[in-house]
Amino acid sequence: MVLHTVKKVYYPSKVPPFAPQVVPYQGEGVTVRRQEVVGYNGDEAVALAVKQSKVDVVAAYPITPQTIIVERFSEYVADGEVDTEFVCLESEHSAASASIGASLTGARVFTATASQGLALMHEVLYTASGLRCPIVMAVANRALSAPLNIHNDRSDMMGSRDCGWIQIYAENSQEAYDWTIQAFKIAENTTVQLPVTVNFDGFVISHAMETINTLADEDVTGFLPSRKPIFTIDPEHPVTVGSLFLQEYYFEIKRQQEEALQKSAEVVDQVAKEYCALSGREYGILETCGMEDAEAAILCMGSTAGTARSVMRKMRAEGKKVGLIKLWLYRPFPVEEIISALGNVKALAIMDMALSFGAPVGALCSDIATILQLRGNNLKIFDVIYGLGGRDIRPAEIEGIFNEALSVAQTGIVKESVKYVGVRE
Amino acid sequence: MVLSLKELSSEELYAPGHRLCAGCGPSISARMALKGSRGPLVVSNATGCIEVSTTVFPYTAWRVPWVHSLFENAAATATGMEAGFKALTKKGLPNKHIDVIALGGDGGTFDIGLQALSGALERGQDFVYICYDNEAYMNTGIQRSGGTPLGAATTTSPAGKKIPGKQEYKKDLLGICIAHNIKYAATASIGFPNDYITKVRKGIEVEGPAMIHVLAPCPLGWRSEPSNTIKLAKLAVQTTIFPLYEVENGKYKLTMKIKNPIPVEEYLKLQGRFSHLFRPEFKNVLEAIRQGAKERWERILGLCGESS
Repeated sequence: MVLHTVKKVYYPSKVPPFAPQVVPYQGEGVTVRRQEVVGYNGDEAVALAVKQSKVDVVAAYPITPQTIIVERFSEYVADGEVDTEFVCLESEHSAASASIGASLTGARVFTATASQGLALMHEVLYTASGLRCPIVMAVANRALSAPLNIHNDRSDMMGSRDCGWIQIYAENSQEAYDWTIQAFKIAENTTVQLPVTVNFDGFVISHAMETINTLADEDVTGFLPSRKPIFTIDPEHPVTVGSLFLQEYYFEIKRQQEEALQKSAEVVDQVAKEYCALSGREYGILETCGMEDAEAAILCMGSTAGTARSVMRKMRAEGKKVGLIKLWLYRPFPVEEIISALGNVKALAIMDMALSFGAPVGALCSDIATILQLRGNNLKIFDVIYGLGGRDIRPAEIEGIFNEALSVAQTGIVKESVKYVGVRE
Repeated sequence: MVLSLKELSSEELYAPGHRLCAGCGPSISARMALKGSRGPLVVSNATGCIEVSTTVFPYTAWRVPWVHSLFENAAATATGMEAGFKALTKKGLPNKHIDVIALGGDGGTFDIGLQALSGALERGQDFVYICYDNEAYMNTGIQRSGGTPLGAATTTSPAGKKIPGKQEYKKDLLGICIAHNIKYAATASIGFPNDYITKVRKGIEVEGPAMIHVLAPCPLGWRSEPSNTIKLAKLAVQTTIFPLYEVENGKYKLTMKIKNPIPVEEYLKLQGRFSHLFRPEFKNVLEAIRQGAKERWERILGLCGESS
């Protein structure tokens, strides 16, 4: 089994200063392209990435906290900075449907949504992946109603996690920018031909201004040439798309789709390597920090990783052997990479920012428990449900989770298999 | 403008051998629609009888690019196609104009797809939406829709001892579409092919959205003889139950004048779905159908500047 790129991050005792003008890259013989540092929030960063990716069609529908993306993009259109056909649909269901129609013509297509919008798209998500449309969609993760809440958690994407899309989670605005550009290259790879969601935490990333390094337009174009589709709805070569597949054929189609999704991890890895050579920023399947000698660790996704990493620094300075695994790729689930990244850790806390109502544990924890069981691995784990409806996860709480994991590592006893953190009970 | 037989496409873009019923009105409506094509085109088809019966994998009846995505999104999918072609044309690919036709049944248009249709009409998408109306959800087994007429028995509006079929009139679909101020909207019937095909071509030639509402009888759901499909499609018009008219740039025009309307019973009695209405206790429903048709006809005549 080939293991894909796992980025290792070190934990310097001091936080580095602001992002430098030219990102240093340790790789040999690689000259990283010069980049401009700008102050953008996550949504603006994604809008810029979409512009630089020379997207043919943007199908838009507003929903907080994604709206800034389509607002910024509509300004690019109004100012004549892009050639994109920008279509404002009358619902997310139609935005996703129009994305399918456009993608089938051979166009490069982008859309964005969050929360209820993603829920409304639910059936269309399956159609997009089933018809193998390489659409890229930004999802500014937000809680689901009721009661109504516009703030961050991942109930939206977690509720649609089986939809057959490649699902990537970004930690900050920089990652949201970088992954959006990479997502087109992954989706449109003809061995993949699948849609991709780039997820980032609503408000925490979508609305938070950060300094980000942006590539020059021509460098993005060089990295991401025009889409070369394997088939289109060309009247000179008529095709029938979306037929009725009965008992004799449906299963095979779905099996092929699953195989394409599972294999897409290789392409994610390859694209990340190419992007690293261009930008100096290392991406891959997942990122580890301190896992070489960690006794206890946290596994998380998205913005939580930033807080966890800073808490780690403090705890490492105190001599506590804690580690961190941050997943970039959630679907396809990187089984080998996670098993390998776990190293000799004795206890693992899994961070679920969504409830899976009535389930034994949250969705992410469920996946981890499954792969451990399948490998006969007796690692002690517990699930942490946190951050629902925009409830902040604070450093002290993360420290508490690390300490709990250390205690499990020492005693071998898991007191609570599902721990709710940050809720008044 | 009326397309002559010579002008019709001699190509059969809709191939025979599909699995639709004998005497299927919607199937005839699809074949005729493609006869009105003027060049390269693509079809966005909503879920429904036509979709499931013409594309049972690995077969297809479509000799044009054809896409089925979902039930309620034929207009939104067509929107994306149009946007995609427009964007690619800017890059020189494709190098010619491609017409976009959306097809949906009455369920996919009157009901579940109405929002997507309204959005596409409002945005001014350059496409023709053809609603083939067989007046119920026939694909799922004859359930009532917003297009089902008053008194019709369906499996969800059965003719019971107390309730005689559907309790409501048919939704004025074309009226809703016209209210979007689109450049071209028309009703049509497969009983009058030249009129229908001409309207499809007019719709294609209009820049912007065009709407064609075509009546297409369903022998299974209407409980009529397959051999009576065309006869019923004609009678619906000749009884004034389904007036044929068009609205071009806001101007109404009656495209089929009916001097001496045939009594509505002649249309109803050929259909099992209305047979209960001939029982004495439901005479009032028959009268309401007659009255409804009269009022609609007079309203349309007024809009078209015609006198009865």
